[in-house]
Amino acid sequence: MMKSIRKAGPLLWLSALTIIAALCLVFLYAPTERTMGDVQRIFYFHVSSAWIGFFAFFVTFVAGITYLRTKKRLWDIVGHSSAEIGIVFTTMAVLTGSIWAKPTWNAWFPWEQEPRLILISILLLIYFAYHMLRAFLREPEQRARFAAVYGIVAFAGVPLTFMSIRWWQSLHPVVFESQGSGLAPTMLWTFMFCLLTFTILFFVLLIQRCRLSILADQVEDLKRRVLH
Amino acid sequence: MNTIRSALTIVWKDMIAEWRTKEMFSSMFVFILLVIVIFKFSFDLRVSNATLLVPGILWAALTFAGTLQLGRSASLEVEDGHVDGLLLAPVPRSSIYLGKALGNLMFMSITELIMLPIFSALFNLNLFRPLILLAVFLGTVGFASVGTLLSTMAAHSRAREVMLPVLLFPIVLPVVIAAVKLTAGVLDGAAWQELTVWVRFLIAFDIVFLVVSLMTFRFVVEG
Repeated sequence: MMKSIRKAGPLLWLSALTIIAALCLVFLYAPTERTMGDVQRIFYFHVSSAWIGFFAFFVTFVAGITYLRTKKRLWDIVGHSSAEIGIVFTTMAVLTGSIWAKPTWNAWFPWEQEPRLILISILLLIYFAYHMLRAFLREPEQRARFAAVYGIVAFAGVPLTFMSIRWWQSLHPVVFESQGSGLAPTMLWTFMFCLLTFTILFFVLLIQRCRLSILADQVEDLKRRVLH
Repeated sequence: MNTIRSALTIVWKDMIAEWRTKEMFSSMFVFILLVIVIFKFSFDLRVSNATLLVPGILWAALTFAGTLQLGRSASLEVEDGHVDGLLLAPVPRSSIYLGKALGNLMFMSITELIMLPIFSALFNLNLFRPLILLAVFLGTVGFASVGTLLSTMAAHSRAREVMLPVLLFPIVLPVVIAAVKLTAGVLDGAAWQELTVWVRFLIAFDIVFLVVSLMTFRFVVEG
């Protein structure tokens, strides 16, 4: 039986404070963008969600490799928890991206102009596949092994998917140059702070989710001992 | 050397099984004809020049047919516990993977060789050009390499018919994009320089997924 891990106590408070600070920065401190106006403020949380979407996927990948090496249940829990958090943030990134694209490109889903939005949507599909695979396997040990393998294979495919989408759209007219370097310093600071905020939030959620899984395992274990 | 010889033995086993039942090829042939008819009617009524759609239709048909074949080949192994027999054999796990992947590659290639003339005839377009054949071959290698791994996983799960495309499609998307681009480029007479990008991309995809699948396959079959 695994020992339970501690609550994310101080990290939880830090996360709450940084989120409030990030909201203040996004709405009060960061300047309004010249061409896009206030709608550009969605950028800070949109890109941060997408970042966590990728980061969570990376954590699942690493947890998958570690699981296959050590066969410790904890790493399966970490991979699963991370994928679950990833699905939430990826969905957020796709939705905020769509909301941002509507006034900017006058389309909810700009297939041609924005390869990154398509990439993150495909990442979301991969997350769905990962969870479906887990749901459709009965035996826990096999589920852990297959999920780890799929996490690794899918992660290896992400850079290739991005490259292919990039090159595919490069033949289409590019309406807007990508954001990137053109950020004012105050915008850049706000953006960096949002990235940090979301990363802290990710770790808080990851710790809590792993704790939940371990507790569920313990309950399962106790139940079995009482009944037999 | 031994790895390759045992892999070829597995390919031979699959060939004999297919030769005796002829299940796969007969069903694939009918399936492909039906896919072409469906596509022809669903697009032809709206689009004036259907040849513009040929690369897309060709690769959609190849993807669907390939998925069916992979699923069939994997579930045959798992259904009657054949895979346990394979695992008992004193051969490395990697040669089981290589054998299955080679077998899948071969069956899919034969299906494609049946498919291309039908496409060429029905759309009145010559698809037998070296670069298109190269695109088909490289695309199929990528498809078979990752598909062999994922179809083995899907075959162990419940609802395996749904599971395989769900697992496979988001990962083979780059192959479809690159192969469609390459096929369309050849048909449009694009510059060689533009096409080599996609050829190199397909080769990179094939190598990456062959290596990753070879390394992870043993974790899928053991246990």
